[in-house]
Amino acid sequence: MPPLSGFMLVFRVPHVNALSALRYTPPTMIAFVIRRIALTLPVAWIVVTLVFGLIHLVPGDPIAQMLGEGASVTEVARLRHELGLDRPVLEQYRTYLAGLYHGNLGVSFRDQQPVAASIRSRFPATMELAFAAFILSILFAVPAGVVSAIRRGRFADQGLGLVSLLGVSLPNFALGPLLILLFSIALGLLPVSGRGGILQLILPAATLGMGLAATTMRMVRGSMLEEIQQDYVRTARAKGLRERTVLFKHALRNGLIPVITILGLQMGSLLVGSFITETIFSWPGLGRLTIQAINARDYPLAQGCILTISLTYILINLLTDVMYSVVDPRIRL
Amino acid sequence: MNSLFRHNKLALAGFVIATFLVVAAVLAPWLAPFNPAGQDLTKRLEGPSWQHPFGNDELGRDILSRLLMGARVSMRVGGTVVLISGITGVLIGGLAGFAGGKLDTFVTVIVINSLMAFPGILLAIALVAFLGPGLDRLIFALVIIGWVGYARLARGQVLKIKTLEFVEAARAMGATSARVFFLHVLPSIIQPVLVQASIGMATAVLAEASLSFLGLGITPPAPSWGAMLNDGRNHLFDAPHMVVFPSIALVLTVLSFNILADAFRDWLDPKSLKY
Repeated sequence: MPPLSGFMLVFRVPHVNALSALRYTPPTMIAFVIRRIALTLPVAWIVVTLVFGLIHLVPGDPIAQMLGEGASVTEVARLRHELGLDRPVLEQYRTYLAGLYHGNLGVSFRDQQPVAASIRSRFPATMELAFAAFILSILFAVPAGVVSAIRRGRFADQGLGLVSLLGVSLPNFALGPLLILLFSIALGLLPVSGRGGILQLILPAATLGMGLAATTMRMVRGSMLEEIQQDYVRTARAKGLRERTVLFKHALRNGLIPVITILGLQMGSLLVGSFITETIFSWPGLGRLTIQAINARDYPLAQGCILTISLTYILINLLTDVMYSVVDPRIRL
Repeated sequence: MNSLFRHNKLALAGFVIATFLVVAAVLAPWLAPFNPAGQDLTKRLEGPSWQHPFGNDELGRDILSRLLMGARVSMRVGGTVVLISGITGVLIGGLAGFAGGKLDTFVTVIVINSLMAFPGILLAIALVAFLGPGLDRLIFALVIIGWVGYARLARGQVLKIKTLEFVEAARAMGATSARVFFLHVLPSIIQPVLVQASIGMATAVLAEASLSFLGLGITPPAPSWGAMLNDGRNHLFDAPHMVVFPSIALVLTVLSFNILADAFRDWLDPKSLKY
């Protein structure tokens, strides 16, 4: 089944058929999707609850911490009342959940802006960066993995192997400055920081995507090595197909299946990597906002950011699993 | 051990580097040529020289000495985190798998799945952000996210092992459940746990450096590789050596522990596809 039509199927059929799918059973796609969503809800609830609980972890009085030394008792009391921290915990929890339901994440302590608004304005930048990193790493990883597999043990394979080993071991916060040093300072080719044109996107995306590119490349290589040995590849060659067709139309298509799962899981790790990458390149996204909020002890804003990132991560994993079941019908639980 | 390195030069290199790092970390106070906190503003941002092979930082502190003391912090965090989370994880996961039933359902379905469902380092950032910075809190946060991996691994292994004949034989001979678990089952899962511990070491060192880089880990005067990289970031133009040397140290550490983990894995399972 070509992926696109399968993908459409997921979103179309439920209206017609969801109930019968529930009643009837195991390995239908709808049942899998519903089950997977059902598994996600409790996790999302736990995350929401954990994030709510965070502010109670602050040692001493969070309000005094926020205001810093030299705050008067009345100021502390006023802010505590404003944030609702003087009410019983259960009631705070209920208010918090109700707020979430209405998309209200509270008010930032520093600039008195609604937290939800600040997050909304920063969110696109983070997604843009993550998406660019994702594309960049696939563009590198797939061809590199294929070359590495067909040239197994040769110079190209060893060279690429070294690159991927470095990619896995070099953390974002070491790679970023090194890239700036090379491309911005020594060669003067790319801007150091900020967001705007495509040029400014290259370095941060490369920094963020490096780890993903390296792991994906190793996956593609391993998976291609396995596929190349399969009988159907021999058959394809025997019937006289061109090597390019055998590799790309036959082997690669099967070889990419396991790679897709890893990619999905890693898409989530790109979100997390954004904390560091955005900080290095002064990228105006959610990751940098979170760190700024934490350093400013702006607890409501930090809570909102952490919650948004966690939920986005969970959502991406959910989508990946669903996509995966579309690509490979054997996966459905 | 001999067979571990005989056919694998890369593994040997990893082992040598890892050992070197651990020794350097232990002996750091004696090896460091200067006081890692000693400031000398006349040597501010100076590049590498005979006296200061890795140069000086923005406060004129000797980078080599700071790297050595930083290795101590990294190894201490890594070692402690691996030890505590390894023991906790293996016990919890192992017991859940061994006992089965409701306990197992609770531990795996609820606790482990929820923790695995959301990114470890984000949880660590959240915890440290609200608990405040400091070595003990950092270790606490890393243990909270770290034990889950061991628990999942141990549970899987125990589930496999508890159906084997030697376990049944032990029971038939009248051994108590505790005896079967601690003396028969646990020792058989130690090898995969070692692989996980080696990866865990690399992960913990990286996590500590990441958090310190973001200003959420070790508090400033104490040297941490992550914090050193963060300081260096502001001097990319005038003192690139501030970024280069800590990067190299970090990469070597992570690389050596990852290589060791790979080597352990191949050694334990010779059939696995070699990279």
